[in-house]
Amino acid sequence: MDKRLERILPRVQKPARYTGGEYNQIIKDKSKVELRVAFCFPDTYEIGMSNLGMSILYHTMNSLDYVWCERVFAPWGDMYEEMKKAGIPLYALESGDSTAEFDALAFSIGYEMAYTTVLDMLDMSGLPLRTADRPSLLPIVMAGGTAAVNAEPMAPFIDLFLVGEGEELDNEVLALLRIAKREGWTKHEFLTRAAQIGGVYVPSLYDIAYHEDGTVASITPKDGAPARVTKRIVEDLDASPFPTKPIVPSTEVVHDRVSLELFRGCVRGCRFCQAGYVYRPIRAKKPETLVRQGIETLKNTGYQDVTLLSLSTSDYRPLPALCDGLLEYCEPRSIGLSLPSLRADNFSMEIMEKLQKVRKSGLTFAVEGGSQRLRDAINKNVTEEDLLNTCRIAFEGGWNSVKLYYMLGLPTETDDDVRGIAEMANQVLHCWRMYAKNKNRGVKITISTSCFIPKPHSPFQWEAQVSVEEYLRRVNLLRSSITAKNVTYNWHDAETSLIEAVLSRGDRRVADAIELVWRRGGRLDAWSDYFSVERWMQAFADTGVDPNFYALRERPVDEVLPWDMIDVGVRKAHLVKEREKCYSSELSPDCRHQCAACGAARLLKEIRCDE
Amino acid sequence: MSDKLRLRFSKTGRAVYISHLDLMQTMQRAFSRAGCALKYSEGFNPHPLISIALPLSVGAASLCELMDFRLREEAELSELPARLTAALPEGVEVLEAYEAERKCAEIKWLEIEGRFEYDNCDPAAMAEKLREFFAQDSIVITKKTKRGMGESDIRPAIRSIGFEPTADAVSLKALISAQEPTLNPELLAESLRQLRPELAPDFAKFIRVETFDKDMNLFR
Repeated sequence: MDKRLERILPRVQKPARYTGGEYNQIIKDKSKVELRVAFCFPDTYEIGMSNLGMSILYHTMNSLDYVWCERVFAPWGDMYEEMKKAGIPLYALESGDSTAEFDALAFSIGYEMAYTTVLDMLDMSGLPLRTADRPSLLPIVMAGGTAAVNAEPMAPFIDLFLVGEGEELDNEVLALLRIAKREGWTKHEFLTRAAQIGGVYVPSLYDIAYHEDGTVASITPKDGAPARVTKRIVEDLDASPFPTKPIVPSTEVVHDRVSLELFRGCVRGCRFCQAGYVYRPIRAKKPETLVRQGIETLKNTGYQDVTLLSLSTSDYRPLPALCDGLLEYCEPRSIGLSLPSLRADNFSMEIMEKLQKVRKSGLTFAVEGGSQRLRDAINKNVTEEDLLNTCRIAFEGGWNSVKLYYMLGLPTETDDDVRGIAEMANQVLHCWRMYAKNKNRGVKITISTSCFIPKPHSPFQWEAQVSVEEYLRRVNLLRSSITAKNVTYNWHDAETSLIEAVLSRGDRRVADAIELVWRRGGRLDAWSDYFSVERWMQAFADTGVDPNFYALRERPVDEVLPWDMIDVGVRKAHLVKEREKCYSSELSPDCRHQCAACGAARLLKEIRCDE
Repeated sequence: MSDKLRLRFSKTGRAVYISHLDLMQTMQRAFSRAGCALKYSEGFNPHPLISIALPLSVGAASLCELMDFRLREEAELSELPARLTAALPEGVEVLEAYEAERKCAEIKWLEIEGRFEYDNCDPAAMAEKLREFFAQDSIVITKKTKRGMGESDIRPAIRSIGFEPTADAVSLKALISAQEPTLNPELLAESLRQLRPELAPDFAKFIRVETFDKDMNLFR
């Protein structure tokens, strides 16, 4: 181990997250590989090691014998300071080698607030931030993850974006990079060739022109780059590689358990939900595959918990068979099984009751809107009756705490809708009084609200976000409407949401503000420990980025959107139609009752959507 | 066969940064990966019956860690070290598995080795000064106790200590009290920082080498 590192580690919190050496890490002989990839997660070890996507791609990239892919995370503040003082550059956990020596830095960017950390990790690697200032081919800087559906705010920094699912795409890009390195291509040569691979977006190959009012006038591809980059998907999830020997951290991380992914996509079509649109089409794994992979992973890791991941677990058709299959292995071994993302319906409760090991502490429901009218408008197909029925079963079964999640600032929301949230909490309280078996323990009802962010590629992508002042007015309205003592109300601050809205809806000009925030010390902005609203607002002001232009402005449907060169499958016409239905509070049936021909199915060649 | 079993294992290299609590979790998972089911406690919140004697500070290495455990089913003890080592992270190596005859409370002395690094000084001269310092009859330092800061003489907890210069540092060998009182080896460097700062190392690291009982018999 590096002598300088050895001196630092005893002084920092949780040093085990900076050492590597965990069980199942992949070690290769660096003299025998052709490409070294630094897989960078722009957040802490604890968050990154909990990310299933990262775990999958670590193994798919390492399945190439000419590639050694290693993990890199962002150090927490104390370690960051120590590394700066000692002059230690960012390094990869497996080998301890500096990331500057690698052939590629591959970032997984799941959320916008990680942008400053991406810049910080480039800087800690000793690399110039901007792609224009890195003339040589190596190291190439690429990025993928959900943030790639609007890559524009990070466009000046990243050489190429990989849009969509990476299981096949990443390795195709690495295969090309291997040839480029062998044959000594220029960076431009590599990037123009890479742009021909489906799913690769090379920002420098697109010229963006603006109207005088600041809106995008045109997006012009050059050097043969495609006009639209279509997201990549994996068709057959059963055949797709899944790591049954994932790395087991030697220190506690956020999700310290076996994660099984049931399906990708979502049949529901909630109009506010970006994930519900950008992860389409629906592709499920077979329960046999999941049971086999689950058991194998449990054996290989020694974990005591399994969790089932998807956007909506109750929509997995063979859920009972899957639970039975897993419980048969788990129960005799005291292994716990947990099912997040259940819907508020009876079917889900039956499943919950089956799970002996579920602790009867809290139930969480994402209700989103305070009235049936509003829930219809956003296509959140949960009725008050569903919710109260589920609460009744839960209270009868011994649960005594319910959390209700809402968004304020949804399109068409009125003050009556806001007051409706408090009313629903009262109904839940009434339900507890009627049906709770044991009232001595009391009940706790928690309402949480966050400020709605209209996201790219969702039907609400043209909508305006409500201002910070308006959000707070609605927060206060809700506060004053809550009268019951057993009801607690938590609200997220609106300023973070405003900045998130600018970053998620921004164009290339926002990049200057991101860079300035970083230059003024911004990093790990997803953490309240480090996030500073003032720093962001000042940077917007100093770079001439008007946050209201990006966040609070309703965009005409015919405006060129900064992310229009990215095609996630769902057609714009479908999004427009869904948005219109919102204004008439008209529900759309879920995909299983009636296919709306959203367009995502055209990404499939071998199978049909949701089969 | 008694069901009280004991492992002797080493913790070196990158593994020295795994904390005591994390090591318990790691051990539990390693048993499961090796296909040896640990026996669990009864009751509402069952937990595996394992305990690691003399918790090791983060950053300190050891060649003589001891862990008591019980298994749900009998296992061939001679095979356990290889099976477990294969299931453990880099740097943790199981040396021996056997039936525990004595209680870990009988451990009294620890043999340790250390390395004091100085950025600017002659190791030979420094070793001499360190010998003198530790030859004193009492070394009273201020340290955190359960009741806030208190004075404590660490000298009685040091049975023997020696310093030898190496090319670029001073190496140390000592026998220190393992429990009642427990002497954290880090206090050897800390005492210098408090009482003779000019002798304090710029960096110190330690490794536990062997465990003994009160009569200086090897403890197993």
